[in-house]
Amino acid sequence: MAGRKHRLLMAVSILVFLFIAVPLVMIAITAFGEASTIRFPIQGFTLGWFTAVFASRSFMSSLLVSFVLAAAATLLALAVGVPATYALSRSSSHGKKLLSAFFLSPLFIPEIVVGYALFKFLVISMRLPIFAALVVGHFLVVLPYVIRVVGASLEQFDFSIEEVACSLGCNRPQAFAKVVLPNIGSGIIAAFMLSFINSFNNIPISMFLSGPGMSTLPKTLMSYIEYSYDPSVSAISVLLMAITVALMLIVEKTLGIASLAK
Amino acid sequence: MAYATLEDIRVSYDGKTNILEGLNLQIERGELVSLLGSSGCGKTTTLRVIAGFIEPNAGRFSLGGRDLTRTAVHKRNFGLVFQSYALFPHLSVYDNVAFGLRLRKLDAKAIESRVGSILDITDLAGLANRFPKQMSGGQRQRVALARALVIEPELLLLDEPLSNLDAKLRLGMRVEIKRLQKRLGITTVFVTHDQEECFSISDRVAIMNKGRIEQYDRPEVIYSSPVNEYVARFIGFTNFIDLTRIGPGRFRDSRGGEVLADLDRGAPSCVGAIRPDDIELSTASASGANEVPGVIEVRTFLGKSYQYELKTDLGTLVANVSRETPFEPGARVFACLPSSKIVVC
Repeated sequence: MAGRKHRLLMAVSILVFLFIAVPLVMIAITAFGEASTIRFPIQGFTLGWFTAVFASRSFMSSLLVSFVLAAAATLLALAVGVPATYALSRSSSHGKKLLSAFFLSPLFIPEIVVGYALFKFLVISMRLPIFAALVVGHFLVVLPYVIRVVGASLEQFDFSIEEVACSLGCNRPQAFAKVVLPNIGSGIIAAFMLSFINSFNNIPISMFLSGPGMSTLPKTLMSYIEYSYDPSVSAISVLLMAITVALMLIVEKTLGIASLAK
Repeated sequence: MAYATLEDIRVSYDGKTNILEGLNLQIERGELVSLLGSSGCGKTTTLRVIAGFIEPNAGRFSLGGRDLTRTAVHKRNFGLVFQSYALFPHLSVYDNVAFGLRLRKLDAKAIESRVGSILDITDLAGLANRFPKQMSGGQRQRVALARALVIEPELLLLDEPLSNLDAKLRLGMRVEIKRLQKRLGITTVFVTHDQEECFSISDRVAIMNKGRIEQYDRPEVIYSSPVNEYVARFIGFTNFIDLTRIGPGRFRDSRGGEVLADLDRGAPSCVGAIRPDDIELSTASASGANEVPGVIEVRTFLGKSYQYELKTDLGTLVANVSRETPFEPGARVFACLPSSKIVVC
């Protein structure tokens, strides 16, 4: 009985795994095909689409935009989110629920609505430069992730540790830097990863806030696919997957992958 | 004047109900004072006022003549030990202990020698490079103590420091704390809900209830002569009988029998209190004062003695008696309440 249950669980797990992995594997394989449209199975073998990606100015510049944008939005979200979460975790229960709901609200509003509202407000009314508007938009979208993840690690934090630090001679900022931060480090790194990936993948916000001469990679990819169906899109997908895997490996080596799920 | 004094401390979180109301406490230099009470009595709040985490709504806290009521926590130089140990998880034992000294900008050599000597005193010398996770509860507690002591605090504050330890370890640690405290001569405030722990370790005990101190005295005095019914109940007087005063030290119980009591505080409402251990049971009447007949209802084996629940005209009495042949339930006995053991309060 137990054995049968075990086998069933195994079978379902394998199916789910295939469901997740097969499309990715297929895309990865199509990146090496010689034909000028995406085809599976592939005919011939070439690395030409990768060189094409690196040679394409629009891909490279939007990749750079996406990277810098994700980094800026994430750092900003951490700079705002970590102190905010800390303050939330130390405040009394009344305001706490309301405020944390407020901070998390961008998660519940459709991003297309947030994007449209930001477009009206930041671009039309305030005439913000494109990149600044993008940073603000992405910051809004990733802030909830920082609040959630850092909040979870602060919840497990024993604040009497901070009190002891104060009694030993730390003022509040010192105690935060010397005792609180080192003990929520894994939460902060996890928050960084989640925010970065979310910002990097974001389409709805970028759709509204990108402008002439500046586009994020997902948006460039989308418009590219609209007009041409060649394997350079697959090639860039492979590159992105490789980067993600590399990042995950670094996290796994330094913190353990479980810290992302905490 | 006492070394540390709390004067008329009032603390209220919502402006309506007082957690502490007009609390007064004097602590002499080198003394170990315990705050004892059930949960919610205000003992931890009192400790947090002393530590500086709570600013009282009214009143004054001073130490050695200096008013510290509004001084920030990190400027007070008090040592603090919590129930959860609160060690810094990311630092080794050595770095935990050195934490306070480094903040004081001592040079490396002085830090090394002071940390070394406190680790010796607390029996942690071989564990300096361990991390908190790798240590037992007792060892962690000693690290917490060492970390608080190494800064040579003007006051050592212990908040239920032994409650997370198992019974055997607790006994050892309590002797350890007492020994260290006396050796270093550090004035100490100890918060606990455990009466035995508190009595064994303290020079003086403050029994707290509803934000007030009910009695503040040496443990021996509190043990033998509680000032009121609350204190008596708290420290193990389980039997209470209503009395009417007929003279100094002479009373009548509710069924008309005479009761003599050596310790009479002259309180207008009279209740006689006696511990289960102090009641004597016999099958024959001595036909005198301080005696009441009764029937044994419940018998419980306690190990060195039996506990009997006795139905009498004065209500149910509980008596712990060791006897070669124990009484059977249903037996008629006479309970003798020795006048030297009755506290009238």
